Amino acid sequence: MKTKKPTPYNQLSKEEFFLSGHRACQGCAEALAVRLVQKAAGRDTIVACATGCMEIVSSPFPFTSWNLPWIHVAFENTAAVASGVEAGLKALMRKGKLPQRDIKVIAMAGDGGTSDIGLQALSGALERGHNLTYVCYDNEAYMNTGIQRSSATPFGASTTTSPAGKKVPGQITWKKNMPEIAVAHQIPYVATACPSYPIDLIQKVQKAISKPGPAYIHILSVCPTGWRIPSNLAIKVGRLAVRTGIFPLYEVEDGIYRITQKTSKLLPVKEYLTIQGRFRHLTEELISQIQERVNQEYELLLKKVAMTQGEKKEE
Amino acid sequence: MGKRRGLEVSVGAAEAVAMADVDVIAAYPITPQTHIVEHLAELVNNGELDAEFVPVESEHSALSVCIGASAAGARTFTCTSAQGLALMNEIVYIASSMRLPIVMILANRSLSAPLSIWNDHSDAMSVRDTGWIQVFAQNGQEVFDHIFFAYRVGEDPKVSLPVMIHVDGFIVTHVIEPVEFWEKEQVERYLPPFKPISRLDPERPVTMGAFAMPQLFTETKVAQDMATTQSMEVILSAWEEIYKITSRRYRPVEAYRTEGAETIFVVQGSFGETLSVAVDELRAKGEPVGLVMPRLWRPFPFELFRSAVKGAKNLIVIDRAISFGGQGGPLAIELRSSLFGLPAPPRVINFICGLASRDVTVEDFKNIYERAVDGSKAPVFQEDFQFYGVRS
Ligand SMILES: Cc1ncc(C[n+]2csc(CCOP(=O)(O)OP(=O)(O)O)c2C)c(N)n1
Ligand code: SF4
Ligand SMILES: [Mg+2]
Repeated sequence: MKTKKPTPYNQLSKEEFFLSGHRACQGCAEALAVRLVQKAAGRDTIVACATGCMEIVSSPFPFTSWNLPWIHVAFENTAAVASGVEAGLKALMRKGKLPQRDIKVIAMAGDGGTSDIGLQALSGALERGHNLTYVCYDNEAYMNTGIQRSSATPFGASTTTSPAGKKVPGQITWKKNMPEIAVAHQIPYVATACPSYPIDLIQKVQKAISKPGPAYIHILSVCPTGWRIPSNLAIKVGRLAVRTGIFPLYEVEDGIYRITQKTSKLLPVKEYLTIQGRFRHLTEELISQIQERVNQEYELLLKKVAMTQGEKKEE
Repeated sequence: MGKRRGLEVSVGAAEAVAMADVDVIAAYPITPQTHIVEHLAELVNNGELDAEFVPVESEHSALSVCIGASAAGARTFTCTSAQGLALMNEIVYIASSMRLPIVMILANRSLSAPLSIWNDHSDAMSVRDTGWIQVFAQNGQEVFDHIFFAYRVGEDPKVSLPVMIHVDGFIVTHVIEPVEFWEKEQVERYLPPFKPISRLDPERPVTMGAFAMPQLFTETKVAQDMATTQSMEVILSAWEEIYKITSRRYRPVEAYRTEGAETIFVVQGSFGETLSVAVDELRAKGEPVGLVMPRLWRPFPFELFRSAVKGAKNLIVIDRAISFGGQGGPLAIELRSSLFGLPAPPRVINFICGLASRDVTVEDFKNIYERAVDGSKAPVFQEDFQFYGVRS
C-alpha cells in the first residue's frame, strides 16, 4: 500500500482552515489541535463535528471559523454523519453525478462524544470500513457543559460530577483506553497524538487520511479551564503527559505498534499531577497508585510493540 | 403507463425507491419495515440499483447517515417503525431543521410497552411536530406513487424539507396487491435530479448546523414553519402532475360520499378502505353518512378540511393512538380545534380503536355509527371520546 511522504511542519500550507476569532478559552490546546489537524489535512476536506466545545466556539450563527465545508448535527452521531458524507460522495462520484476527486472526510468529537455517548456510532463506522478519519479531541471531561466526568477522565481528577470530597477523592475509575478499542476494530491506522508535539501530530494526520479505510486518532488536548492550570502551561502539561508515560505517543499501522516519541526514562507522574488544580487533593498514596498503574500500562505497550514488530524489534 | 405487477407492497415501495435513482440508503431492521430495506439490499447486491446501502448499527445512525449524505448532495432513503423511530427521534427534528429532503417510510406500528409489533398510529403521532411533511398512503399503489411525490416535493428548492410516508404496518406493508408501475421516462420527467441549494463542497465551503443564540433562534424556526406551510402549493402541483401521468387523483383531504351527509367519519390510513364499504352499506339503508380522510397530515390542510365537512352535524373521528390524559386521540384533538369558532361547527365524536392491529370490521364501523348517532340522528354520545372494542 502506498502512503504519502510525511510533510515537515515548515512545508505545511500557509492557508488556515480553522480561523482565528473562534471563542475558545485562552490557551486552549484543543483549538490548537484542531487547527493543526486541518492544516495537515488540507483544502480537500469535509468535516463532521460533534456537539461540544469545538462546535460551540466555532459556529455561532451567523459567524463561522470554518474555512472548510463543515457540518454539525448532534452530540453522539458524528461518526454516522461522516459515514453518510463518505457514502454520499462515493455514490455521487461513481454514478457520475459529481466529478471524481479525492475528498477527505474527517469526523471530530470530544472524549465524551467519542468514548461515552458516541461509542456505538463510532464502532459502527469503523466496522463498516468507511474511508474516513475520526479524530477524538480528549480533554478528559465534558468541558462544554461545565467539566463533568467522562469515561476518559483520569483516576483521581476532580470534576463537577466527580468532585474531590471528604470521602471520595474525585474520579475513582481508570481512564477508558479508547485507542485500544479502535485497534480492536482492526482498522488500518490508529494513533495517539498531542499538539505539544506538532510534527508528530501532523505526520499522523497525513498518514491517517492517505490510508484507504477508517483511521482513528486520539489527541490529548490540554484544557486549561477544566484542568485548572494557567493558560500559558497547556503545551508544557501536554509534554509532561507524554514524558511521564501517562499519555504515550504511538501508532498502530496495520496492527503493528510503534512508539513515535521515545523517552529513555519516564519522568515521575508527580511532576505532571502536582501542577494541575484538578489533582491538587491527591495524597502521596494515591499518586503512587497512579504511578504504579502508569508503569504497568507502559510496560504493556512496550510488549505490544515488541510482539507486533517481530524482527523489526526496537531497542 | 408501466406494467401492472402483483407484488408485496413493501417490495413495490422498494422498487419505487430504486426507480427514483436513490444514492444512499441507510436503515436498521425492525418489523414491519424490514421487507422494504431487504428488497433494496437485494437490488443493490444484484447490481440492479447503483446506490450505497449503509447497514448501520441503529436507527439513530440511519437518519444521521442520511443527513450526512444528503448534505453532500445525495438522494437518500430510510425506513423504520415504532421503536426505531423513537430511537431516532432526536435526529428526526434535526433533519427538518437542517432542511434536508430525506425520504422516509414509516411502517406504522404501536410503541412499546407492552411490546407489540402490530399496527396503529402511536408512532406516527409521536412525530407530528417534528417538521417533516407527512402523508398517509392507504394501499400499495399509493405508496408507490408517493415515493416519487416525496422526492419531488421535498427537493423542490421552495420546500427543502424531509418527507415521511405513513403506511400501516402489515395491514398494508405485507399484503400482495396489483401495483401499476411507472415507465422509466415518466419517472425521469416527473422527478428532476436533486440539485441542493448548497452542499458540502471544498470548492465552496459552507457551515451547516451552526448554533443560534436566542436573538436568531426564533427567526430560524419561523422560517422553517413558513417553508412548511408554503409547501402546500408544491404539494398540490406534484399531485396534479401525478394525475396527468397516471389518472390517479390525490388530494390533501379525500372525501367519499359526503354529499348531503349529516354524519361524516374521519380516519387516516388503511381504515379508509374498510370504512368506505361501511359507508356504502349505511347509505344503502338510507343513512346520510360519508367519509373524509386527511391524506396530508403536515402541513395540515385546515381550510380544505373545514370545507370537506361543511354542513355535517356530526364527525365521527377514529383515532388509532392515545393522548394519555388528553381530550381524545391526537387526530380528534387537532380537528376539534380546527373547527373551533366556526358559526355552526359539527359535533366531534371520537373513538379510539384498532390499537396494535385489533381488527375493526365493516360491522364494527356500523356499530360505531349506531353508538354515535341514534335513530333520530341526534348524538347520543356525551363524553369527549370512547374506546371501542375493549374486552371487559
Ligand atoms: C444527547 C445529548 N446529551 C447531552 C448533551 C449535552 N452536551 C453537549 S456537549 C456535552 C459535553 C461534550 O463533552 P466532550 O465530548 O468531551 O467535548 P468537549 O466539550 O469536552 O470538547 C454535553 C454533555 C447533548 N448536546 N446531547
Ligand atoms: S473549556 Fe477547555 S477545551 Fe473548552 S474551549 Fe475552554 S480550554 Fe478549550
Ligand atoms: Mg471533553
